[in-house]
Amino acid sequence: MTIKAQSAKLIADIKAMATEPFKLMEVCGSHTVAIAKSGIRELLPPNIRLVSGPGCPVCVTDNSDIDRFLSLAQQPGLIIATFGDMIRVPGTVTNLQNIRAGGADVRVVYSTLDALEIARQNPEKQVVFLGIGFETTIPTVAVSVEIAARENLSNYSVLAMHKLVPPVLEVLVMDPELGIDAFINPGHVCSVLGTEPFEFIAKQYGKPSVIAGFEPLDILQTIWMLLKQRTEGRSEVEIEYTRVVKTAGNPKAREYMDKYFTVVDARWRGIGVIPQSGLKLRPEYSQFDAEAKFTLPQPVETNIPGCQCGDILKGRLLPPDCALFGKACTPLQPIGPCMVSSEGSCAAFYRYRGRSYNA
Amino acid sequence: MLEDRIIMAHGSGGRLSHQLIRDVFQQAFANEWLGQMNDATVLPKEPGQLAVTTDSFVISPIFFAGGDIGKLAVCGTVNDLAVSGAIPKYLTTGFIIEEGFPVAELLQIANSMAAAASAAGVCLVAGDTKVVERGGADKVFINTTGIGFIPTKRKLSPERIKPGDKIIISGTMGDHGIAIVSQREGLEFSSPVVSDCATLNQFIDSFILPGVKCMRDPTRGGLATTLNELAGQAGVAMVIEEELVPVSPAVKGACDMLGLDPLYLANEGKVIVIVNPRDEAAVLDRMHGHPLGKDARTIGEVLSDESGLVLTETVLGVRRILGMLEGEHLPRIC
Ligand code: SF4
Repeated sequence: MTIKAQSAKLIADIKAMATEPFKLMEVCGSHTVAIAKSGIRELLPPNIRLVSGPGCPVCVTDNSDIDRFLSLAQQPGLIIATFGDMIRVPGTVTNLQNIRAGGADVRVVYSTLDALEIARQNPEKQVVFLGIGFETTIPTVAVSVEIAARENLSNYSVLAMHKLVPPVLEVLVMDPELGIDAFINPGHVCSVLGTEPFEFIAKQYGKPSVIAGFEPLDILQTIWMLLKQRTEGRSEVEIEYTRVVKTAGNPKAREYMDKYFTVVDARWRGIGVIPQSGLKLRPEYSQFDAEAKFTLPQPVETNIPGCQCGDILKGRLLPPDCALFGKACTPLQPIGPCMVSSEGSCAAFYRYRGRSYNA
Repeated sequence: MLEDRIIMAHGSGGRLSHQLIRDVFQQAFANEWLGQMNDATVLPKEPGQLAVTTDSFVISPIFFAGGDIGKLAVCGTVNDLAVSGAIPKYLTTGFIIEEGFPVAELLQIANSMAAAASAAGVCLVAGDTKVVERGGADKVFINTTGIGFIPTKRKLSPERIKPGDKIIISGTMGDHGIAIVSQREGLEFSSPVVSDCATLNQFIDSFILPGVKCMRDPTRGGLATTLNELAGQAGVAMVIEEELVPVSPAVKGACDMLGLDPLYLANEGKVIVIVNPRDEAAVLDRMHGHPLGKDARTIGEVLSDESGLVLTETVLGVRRILGMLEGEHLPRIC
């Protein structure tokens, strides 16, 4: 059966089961992109609503954290190593791209290993890796700290702004105003964490959730599985992405995380401080902790005027609900982080915004 | 002896002008036609209809990964002839140079024009140089005009496009645009994106079967804009499957980082071919046999619908309108 035929069959089944309104949230940037790109929303019956949650690591990084690393980047003798999608993320007054144009040394890397290599090649300079990302990327950052410790790379450090998915899910599932009926759980994060950290969605809050893969058919299958749980009056954590996710997750990766990081409170854009939802380096490794090594300004709460990223990250609004969307704010001239990161909801909506066409 | 830098007198028509023409342009482009040294070059006629095209190049930076403004000025014009079905034969060129421009760089540009022209089998047969005061232009601007002949019986035109025709693209999209932008933005990629800047005439010769109905090179505005122009002219609708459009991982990564869309980025060595389905496989086969066509593939087809719209179809069969490029995307890309 072709993909189109398989999807037509799934859509028909979904339509048959969609007797009542059903609001689903996905919490992974890759899902956000896959949904926008394949046009799943256009195929679903109107009473099934897909909203995006805080799944884009760049987007959830609070403005105060962005301002802090922008200030760090301007300190002399320092090299900032970062994933590319941070380069154009706006802080209160500037972004890394502008700072670099002004003479700061900001390098785009594809992995923490590249950042380590920069540190090896520039022993007279301090190299700071901007650590953003969820449970999927954190283990690789832990590995970089391990290598730095082994090699005695005293000029390498990490500015840890890492975030954990289950705590933010709990905030969202509890929020009656949002009224999320079920969750599409992030496949990659779950491949590390396994199912256990997501059980509370079903056990405590009685809501179905399914761990989904990233192909369009995976997502349709997931929606079907969620509807089926509702129809049968079940609420469980199920795995659709069985080809990658195991119930136990990846214990080895978790070991790495635990060895180098400890859980702390963290501030999320648009949501605020969530207890025990972030990671910082353990005190034993403070020599690799940029926060301990450099003087950083105190976080100051600021907002980008007019930008609704916060409400978009919570699933309260969809990007077109923002008055600036596609007008003052486009991927070339982004105002908020959700339009900068390719995984941001606004960027994904904009990229695939073309009017739908029914032949 | 030449000066190190271009001064106003190089454009005066006097001694320095002659010296510049001799030491830079004539040495690079030497051929029997240019040797005539007359006010006009007299060229022989060839069978078939005459095809003429002109284009000006203001790209910044003038040297980039994969080429420079000189090579681009040859490729751009040769390709416009080639996609029209013409055999490119002659080029003329005009240089507008900013005072103070290094002569060594001018020489480099002239030599790379000459190399590109000779690779494409075309001759530079006439030229002109003007110098403007500092700030009157940015470094150097180049115009080229191309002359070619269309073999009798060959007729390429949007009017020939019919429902069911296949849309083939010769390779990856967006390489030129990203090569220029990443250099301008000072982005360092571990493997830098190289412009696809290349002359297409010999490649096109290798696959132009009778079933080839129309060709275009997706330069400024990229694939999306070029297809919209074609669909409008032909009065048909087209549908492409976005997933089928080849994009290199490096270009994709850079697009994600910069908020750009590869479907709207400039290419300088790619061709869109609209072909009768009967010849689709044969054309693809021949394209794959040439280095410029190794990534060639069919990305869509012409619909029986006269709307002039270009649509994309997702893997799930959802169709969306793929509009023309809106506003200024990336200035001075060619
Ligand atoms: S469209 Fe732009 S301004 Fe509006 S929420 Fe998205 S990123 Fe913020």
